[in-house]
Amino acid sequence: MKKILLSSIIVIVGIVFIGRLSYLQIFSFSPNQILEDPAIKAVYDYPERGYIYDRNGELLVGNQPAYDVMVIPRDTKTLDTLEFCGLLGITKERFIKQMKRAERYSTRLPYVLVPQLAKEDYARLQEKMRKYKGYYIQKRSLRDYLTNSAANVLGYISEVNENDLLNNPYYRAGELRGRTGIEKQYEDMLRGRKGVKYIQKDRFNRDIGPYKDGKLDTLPKLGKELHITIDKSLQEYGERLMVGKRGGIVVIEPSSGEILTMISGPTYDPSLLVGRERSKNYTKLHYDSISKPTWDRSILAEPSPGSPFKTLNALAALQEGVIDTDTKFRCYNGFYVGKNKKGCHCGGGVRDLNSGISSSCNAYFAGTFRKIYGKYNTTDEGMGVWEKHMKSFGLGNYLGTDMPTGRPGRIPNKKFYDKWYGAGRWYSPTIISNAIGQGEVAATPIQLANMTAAIANRGFYYTPHVIKQIGDQSSIDVKYTQRNYTTIDRKHFEPVVEAMANVYRYGTASRLKIPGIEIAGKTGTVENFTRIDGERVQLTDHSVFVAFAPIENPKIAIAVYIENGYYGSRYAGHIVSLLIEKYLKGEISRKDLEKRMLNKTLEHEYAKPYSGEPFQINEYVW
Amino acid sequence: MSGKSTLKRLDWLTILLYVILVAFGWVNIYSTTLTEEAHSIFDFSTRYGKQLFFIGVSLVGAVIILSLESNFFERFSSVFYIVCIVLLIGLFLFGKTIAGATSWYDLGFFNLQPSEFAKLATALAMAKYLSDIQTDIRKGKDQLYAILIILIPVILIVPQPDPGSALIYFSLFFVLFREGLSLKYLGFAFVLILLFISTLKFGVVWVCIGLGILTSLFFFFKKDSYKIAKLPLILFLVFSILISLSVNFVFNEVFEQRHRDRFSLWLSLEKDPVKLEKIKKTIGYNTYQAEKAIESGGFLGKGFLEGTRTKGDFVPEQHTDYIFSSVGEEWGFVGTAFIIIIFTIFFLRLVQLAERQKRDFSRMYGYGIISILLVHYFVNVGMVIGLLPTVGIPLPFFSYGGSGLIFFTAMLFVFLKLDSSRLKEL
Repeated sequence: MKKILLSSIIVIVGIVFIGRLSYLQIFSFSPNQILEDPAIKAVYDYPERGYIYDRNGELLVGNQPAYDVMVIPRDTKTLDTLEFCGLLGITKERFIKQMKRAERYSTRLPYVLVPQLAKEDYARLQEKMRKYKGYYIQKRSLRDYLTNSAANVLGYISEVNENDLLNNPYYRAGELRGRTGIEKQYEDMLRGRKGVKYIQKDRFNRDIGPYKDGKLDTLPKLGKELHITIDKSLQEYGERLMVGKRGGIVVIEPSSGEILTMISGPTYDPSLLVGRERSKNYTKLHYDSISKPTWDRSILAEPSPGSPFKTLNALAALQEGVIDTDTKFRCYNGFYVGKNKKGCHCGGGVRDLNSGISSSCNAYFAGTFRKIYGKYNTTDEGMGVWEKHMKSFGLGNYLGTDMPTGRPGRIPNKKFYDKWYGAGRWYSPTIISNAIGQGEVAATPIQLANMTAAIANRGFYYTPHVIKQIGDQSSIDVKYTQRNYTTIDRKHFEPVVEAMANVYRYGTASRLKIPGIEIAGKTGTVENFTRIDGERVQLTDHSVFVAFAPIENPKIAIAVYIENGYYGSRYAGHIVSLLIEKYLKGEISRKDLEKRMLNKTLEHEYAKPYSGEPFQINEYVW
Repeated sequence: MSGKSTLKRLDWLTILLYVILVAFGWVNIYSTTLTEEAHSIFDFSTRYGKQLFFIGVSLVGAVIILSLESNFFERFSSVFYIVCIVLLIGLFLFGKTIAGATSWYDLGFFNLQPSEFAKLATALAMAKYLSDIQTDIRKGKDQLYAILIILIPVILIVPQPDPGSALIYFSLFFVLFREGLSLKYLGFAFVLILLFISTLKFGVVWVCIGLGILTSLFFFFKKDSYKIAKLPLILFLVFSILISLSVNFVFNEVFEQRHRDRFSLWLSLEKDPVKLEKIKKTIGYNTYQAEKAIESGGFLGKGFLEGTRTKGDFVPEQHTDYIFSSVGEEWGFVGTAFIIIIFTIFFLRLVQLAERQKRDFSRMYGYGIISILLVHYFVNVGMVIGLLPTVGIPLPFFSYGGSGLIFFTAMLFVFLKLDSSRLKEL
């Protein structure tokens, strides 16, 4: 016993030590060494963020210098807080709060005390800064906007949050990242790649030379320049027309799918989200839950498309062979669904395809729609065929644009109705409203514009996109250069296009002709409802208009949707007309029309549901 | 002189292990004390240069020891002991103070630390006394004398203050146990330590409950429970509870704050986050940094001279007491496990050598130095890897330090000399 006592102790001690060491060095070992090592400091070198140009090479977004006041808490000494706060332009409470946050983050790492000083403040502070130990000013680069428009397209950048840090190892606290729009979608190209230098430190936090002689260091890679398809002057002009109106405008070049203009009204100046006032402005915009300026209506609003949708129903009916151009339906200033009569504004009489579209006859399309699903044995089967045709125009699903957000809209099918009403509990009257683009169908303005582009191209479209060129790359994603064919044969488009041209010649938009330009279009007037105190209340109709021009070799396809803008040829029709003339001719010949649109607002309409008073809709106030 | 036969009979395995430890130790001292300016490794203004010099001195010393008459050490052991006592007393008058401890004589080029020498001398004196034909370790009076031999240097070293070194002398009790001192004493000490620690960690109430449960279990599982002598058991219980009750008093009144901090850190007693933070920043800093440095080495380590924390001097005393942390960082688990295995083989071999000695003196001396070296190794490595509270003693053959290396070498080679001549002295 006594002879082996010591030997046993020696062996046990050895086993315990090796056990502990394997716990430390094998199980607790974290491979992310270089960043957690207090002996290594990573110093980053940030490249300038890429510039953004419009389709004509005009600069939209550049960079400007900004100055952050940084603090390293453990280097600070007690100071005259009041005087310092005065210099920084912040309250004492804010200062104390920020210092607490900085200490919680780390006592030895720099923390942004006051972000983004203006140039004047910087000049004033700079000379006094050395009085305050532990504080210093760091220069960084901020976005500089050379346009006050297109905020929804360009998007904005902001400091990364904890979620980003967790999910993306590239970012470090305090860095910037694209949040919406192009800034988000093309973040990787715009930001480039930061360079890093690893520096070996001693325990007093002093630099004692490069780590591994700089073998792991990298040089920064410059952000790429981006050319986008937006036409700056058209975008700015469109936004001026949208002042005081809510809604969305999307303009597409049919021959390429390039988005020329994408407007959401109301919008905001992108420079509001840069600099010191950023968070104040952001809060103001973000919490405006009535006009929702940060909600991009051009790609997120999903109203019923209204009458422009009739063109697709006509195409589907022609493709299915259930009508030809001479098929006629009688309009009784409306049409009957069972015993119920639904109204129509076309004036009544016998309608064929041409007059059905140009005067937007509801009865004609109710008949046409019935014929489509009537061709098949069951309504379900007919619905399936109809759904397939509609979806081939990019409706009812995400379009796949290069905007980071979007909505699918809706093309209702059997599944949808079964879920909504219960299987076997819905009938053809339930779905008849889809014939005229009311009811359950829904589409975003960009889907409407894309659908119009498909008609303009007579049967195909390119997925809409805003990217034109990335840096000096010779091509963009192949997804945006491939044709997407609709299920409608080319020959069926001509009669529909002809009828759409007649909308301008003598139909619902005859007063909006542009001399010298042949336009094909379709008005839309969309009934809509809201709830006030739990009651369903109808509001003034949404004004919708789609158009393309010229009829041969179309250069522009456009969809305008104006909330509560009355009938199609009113607000939406006017704006379409002005934008087409602006883009194709460069200037506006009809100054009175332009003046009217620039000055008119719909604020009185938007105020109605909130007034608490009973109100009239669709008033003729012009 | 029988130089040739001595060489032949030397235990070369032990020497090989010794050389490995010293060489690897120097490599790590080189890495931890290397500065930006390039110096020759023989530059004595640098620590690694100095250590190389000490290694040379140690080897010369070893050769001298091997060439001496083997019974020289036994004969002069009393003289060594008296000289070392005198040297220790002399420190109070002529000592040089480094880092708060008056433990050195300034010899100009070199600071001599007599407490290192005293370890050797005490081991010799102990072996000499116990191997005396008249000594019977089972007798109370002789036990007292043996304990006195250990306690005199302790009493002189504690006030330097160098409690770490003083602690080492208690390891010589192993020799007493080997030579017949009842293991009850060891059991008693073990119970005492266990009671102390568990009371600190869990509190008096829980310790009493635990003791109660243990006693009941004892009765329950013992077949002939009526045979158990009740009185000693009750005495033991009462005694344990009394000890347990006195722990708080000892901890709070006898211990100083820095001792309390070490225990707080080790047993994670401190719950107040502010105080805990303070402990972590002061005494806990070393332990934390050492552990982190070892952890960051991973399985293969960062490579020789590539340890970032070593280079950044993050672990204080990393060339002396904390040298093991830089092994961990630069050589990884492979390196640390290698060192542990080498030490384990080294100690097992020494035990084997001690057991084969024919003469009582040689065996007792062998046990003496094994105990001293083993406790150094156990406390040092245990502290660096965070298993034991912080105690400032070096890792034998490894840490930077002249006195340490020279006297550890001397201790070892005296034993090797005794071993090589074991056959002659039959």
